[in-house]
Formats: sequence, structure tokens, C-alpha cells
Amino acid sequence: MGVTTSDVVAQALHGRRFDARGYLFEGLLLLALLVALGVLVTLLTDVVIRAMPVFADRGTDFLASNMSARAERAGVLQGITGSLSLMAFVVVLAFPTGVAAAVYLEEYARDTPLTRFLNTVIRNLAGVPSIVYGLLGLAVFAVLLGDLTGPDRAGRSLMTGGLTLAILVLPIVIITSAEALRAVPNTIREAAFGVGATRWEVIRSHVLPYAAPGILTGTILSLARAFGETAPLIMVGAVTGGFAFTAAGPVEALQGPYTALPTMIFSWARQPGADFRANTAASIVVLLAVLLIVNLTAIILRNRYDRRW
Amino acid sequence: MTHLRGLEGSPARRRRETAIRSLFLLAAGISVVISAAIILSLAGEALNFALNIDPRQLFTDGWFPRRDQFDVPTIVTGTLIVAAIGMIVAAPLGIGAAIYLAEYARPRTRRILKPILEVLAGIPSVVLGFFALAVISPNLIDPICPGTTPLFNLAAAGIGVGILITPLIASIAEDAMHAVPSSLREASYGLGAQKRATSMFVVVPAAVSGIVASLIIGLSRGIGETMVVAIAAGAVGGSLFSLNPCQPGQTMTAAMTALATGSDQVRGASLAFPSLFFIGLLLFFMTLALNLVSERFVRRVRQRY
Repeated sequence: MGVTTSDVVAQALHGRRFDARGYLFEGLLLLALLVALGVLVTLLTDVVIRAMPVFADRGTDFLASNMSARAERAGVLQGITGSLSLMAFVVVLAFPTGVAAAVYLEEYARDTPLTRFLNTVIRNLAGVPSIVYGLLGLAVFAVLLGDLTGPDRAGRSLMTGGLTLAILVLPIVIITSAEALRAVPNTIREAAFGVGATRWEVIRSHVLPYAAPGILTGTILSLARAFGETAPLIMVGAVTGGFAFTAAGPVEALQGPYTALPTMIFSWARQPGADFRANTAASIVVLLAVLLIVNLTAIILRNRYDRRW
Repeated sequence: MTHLRGLEGSPARRRRETAIRSLFLLAAGISVVISAAIILSLAGEALNFALNIDPRQLFTDGWFPRRDQFDVPTIVTGTLIVAAIGMIVAAPLGIGAAIYLAEYARPRTRRILKPILEVLAGIPSVVLGFFALAVISPNLIDPICPGTTPLFNLAAAGIGVGILITPLIASIAEDAMHAVPSSLREASYGLGAQKRATSMFVVVPAAVSGIVASLIIGLSRGIGETMVVAIAAGAVGGSLFSLNPCQPGQTMTAAMTALATGSDQVRGASLAFPSLFFIGLLLFFMTLALNLVSERFVRRVRQRY
């Protein structure tokens, strides 16, 4: 807020007498903030301490090993490759569709009942619990389209998982992109219309370039969300145990079994025994490291290209 | 001299405009298709479940789908217990942190802490599930609960859910309070109110719609939260009806994952597979109702300022 009138007046008032209840109140609020942050710091340090032995003993071997029933041989390689393949679906399907939908809502649509209905639907889709998207994927991609998505595995394939995650993040991509488009000042559009550009030319050459950093940040953050999602993948049959699978070709890979980093964490977290506890912690560290990189990229992009009009 | 015809532009350019516009409309329409698909796919199997079940199976001793006991009160109660514990943890912490950030923190502190809070809101729920099971349950719940407490229990899951939704509530509530115009604060100071009175009796009431919305969104997340409960609350196969948070229990979401991890077997069993969709539909409508209510509150904020 900077130094405003309110600060000056408040200081003058505080100077008169010691406001004990005010300080107590402020202390309680600060305590709430510190507890909220402190718990999460505890969480991170706890996980890292538990994970240390795994990384110290096995180093990169943990990153390069497949799933295994034996804790000392199990690694996260299949989880990482699985998660990255799933992200490819999100990037290819959800990003273009989401940005296009946002462009329609912000640039083309007039304020009609239909538009308001579309907006309400999208906002509510973003609030649907992720497990319900898992049910959608199970009913539509795994059961209904099972012959296409995975004829040998009752549709519980990489393709089903990827499509489900793409649908899950679509509303988030639309909402964040629409926000970025809304932040572009109207004067820029009007200037472009004024020199005779059509709507699409205005969007392509003026609105999208200006909104690009915001759209990029939003899409990257929704990618991070998709990367950590577990429940929908469990619903659509990501493998939670070990599996050996080498795909003969790209089609077989898409129709084949898969696992993801968070689903591996889920299955390990429930295993008894200290070895698997350590493995769980180590894979959580890998997951959080990936998410940290993704989030930092988004923040750096936002700070670098942040425009103010 | 420009003629009117010259202003119409070339037909090719206009055709391209129309084509691109329809493409964008198609993309926007997909979200409506998805909503319809959610409701239809849930409703079909849910109806199958509702038509084929003997109503007595819905009110038994507990939730044991493989024994054809689908006691809905068991899992709804479990869900409400976990969500309530989560809110008891998250509401004071989240709102307190939000008031501090919006009213007391220096602008620099706020600029640093707000993004951190947003990143923390993005921690995957599996991670918190592991934390609830490995740390909260043995170190916090075990000493509090009387007698021997099982490692898997509803209280640990509830606190895990609370930690998960605290940053979310804090972030949304802070936005609402930050949006309160400074003129209101200054008017309050001008009347001689101190900082605490200004925060509590001017800023918080002015932002109350946003604060309530943050709590409702938090509750909705808590009800729909799956992984924390699936990991930390135990009850893999089924659960007896229980109100005791110190014991293992089943929520709607955890019951669904438990069914799905053995979904191949479930396919053969009579009503277990459609029961997934019945719970899913119930969950969908519960969260939808909460989201619609919170949206109404948010719109009130927008209208006023």
C-alpha cells in the first residue's frame, strides 16, 4: 500500500497508547500464517529427510529403474516416462482447444444468455472433483470406446489416461487464458480495427501476442496440476503394481499399460515396511522437483513478460 | 474516392473470418459437450444401479460393495467427518493468514508470500496423503485419541485435507480483502478506529462475500478430495458405519478408488461397478451445489465495487 493517509493516521493514533489487544490480534493472525506455512515446510523437510538414504545409496539408479515388488530394486523410470507421455496429450489436445475456446468467449461472443451459460458451465467444470473426470474417462474412453483405446486391456490404456487428463485441465486452461485475454486493453483492439483489420487479424497480430505470456503462464500451471493428478488415473486403470511392457510400435504404446509418478506414489504409500516408505518419499521428492521446475518456469515467464498499461 | 463496396472487403477474407469464428465456437462448445458427457455417463450407470438395487441394501451395517451392502449413510458420514475436520483446521488458519497478508503484512512481504501460498496450493494431494499417514497419524492423532489408535484413521485424513485446502482458502480470501477499496479503511481511521477494529469491522464485512466463497470452495474441495483419504483413512475394502474420527472409515471418494483399483473384478460383480457411478453422481451434485452457491457470493463482490 505504500505510505498512505491511513498509515499516517494509524501511526498517530497508535502513538498515544499501547494497543495490547491490537497486538494480540496481529500476533494471532501472524501465527495462523506461520502455522500454515510451517506445516508445509515440515512436510517438505520430512519428505526430503526420509528420501535421503534412497538417493545416497542408489543415486541415479532409482531414477533409471522400473517398478518392482522389491523395494531395493524399484525405481521411478516408468512413472516418469508415463507422466511425460500423459502430459503430451494435455499439451496437444487441451492447450489448443482451451485457448481457442477462450478466444471465442473473450473476442467473439457477445453478452448473450448463451455466452453466460457457457461461462457458468466452464467455471463449474473447473470445480468438479477430479475423481468424477475419472468416472467420465472410465465410462466413455475405457468402456464405450474400449475397442479403439485398448482392445487388449478393456480400454485401460495410456490413451484413455491421456484423454481423461486433457479433459480435466481443459476448463482450467480456458479460464486462465480468458483472464489473460481480458487483460489486453481495448485500445489496442480499437487501433487495429481502425486501420481496417478484420477480427481474426486483430486477434492474431495484436491480442494474442500481447496475451501470450499470460496464456503461457496459465497453461504451464494447468500442466503442473495435471502432472500431480492421481485419482482420475486410478479410476481409468493406470497400473499400480509392477509391469513389464515394451511396445512394438506407437499404436501399441498408446493402447498399452502405463503408470504415472503420482499413481506410483499412491501404491507405494500404502505398502508396509520402511523400505517402501523411503521409496515413497524419494519418489515424492522427484515429483515435487518436477513441479517446482514447472512452477518456477511459469513465475519467471510471468515476471519477465509482465506488462502494465 | 472510396465507394461503399470498397468497404465490404474481399469475399475470401470474409469467408476466412466466418470459418475461423466457427472453429473457435466449436472449441468453446466442447466444454458443454464434456458437461453433458459427464452427466450422461454418470446418469446411465447410476440409473442402472438405482433400478436394480433392493432399497434395503442401501441401509445396512456398512459399506461392503463386494458383499452387496451399499450403506450410503456410511460413506456420506465419512465424507462429512473428513470435510468437517478439514474445515476446522483450514478455516481459521486460511482466513487468519489472509487477513494478515491483506491488512498487516508489508507490500514486500505480501509480494513474496502470496506466490508461495499459490505454489503450496498446488502440492499434489498424494503427497499430503503420505504426510498424513506417515507423520500426522503417529505423531499428532495417536497422542490425542484415547486408547490404541489404528495408523489409518479419519482424523489424520481430515487434518491432511485441512492442510491441503488452507492455502486455497487463504489465497481466495486474501484476493477478496485486497479488493476492498482503501477509501473504506481511511474513512474508518478517520473516525478514530485502530487497525484491529478497521480489519474486523470494516474490511472483513466488506469482503464477506469473497470470504464466504473461499470457505465454500474449500469445503467443496474437501468433499471431493480423494487421495489423502484413500491413503490415510484406511478401509480399503469396506467399512462399518462409524462416527468416531479416531477409527478407519470410508468416504465417497475413497470408496470409489477402492472399487476401481480392483475394477476388473468389479466388472463381473453385479452392482459394484454401477455403484461407482451412483456415488459419483451424488458427489457431482453435492459439489455442483456448493460451487453454484459460491459463484453467487463472488458475483455479489463484483457488483459492489
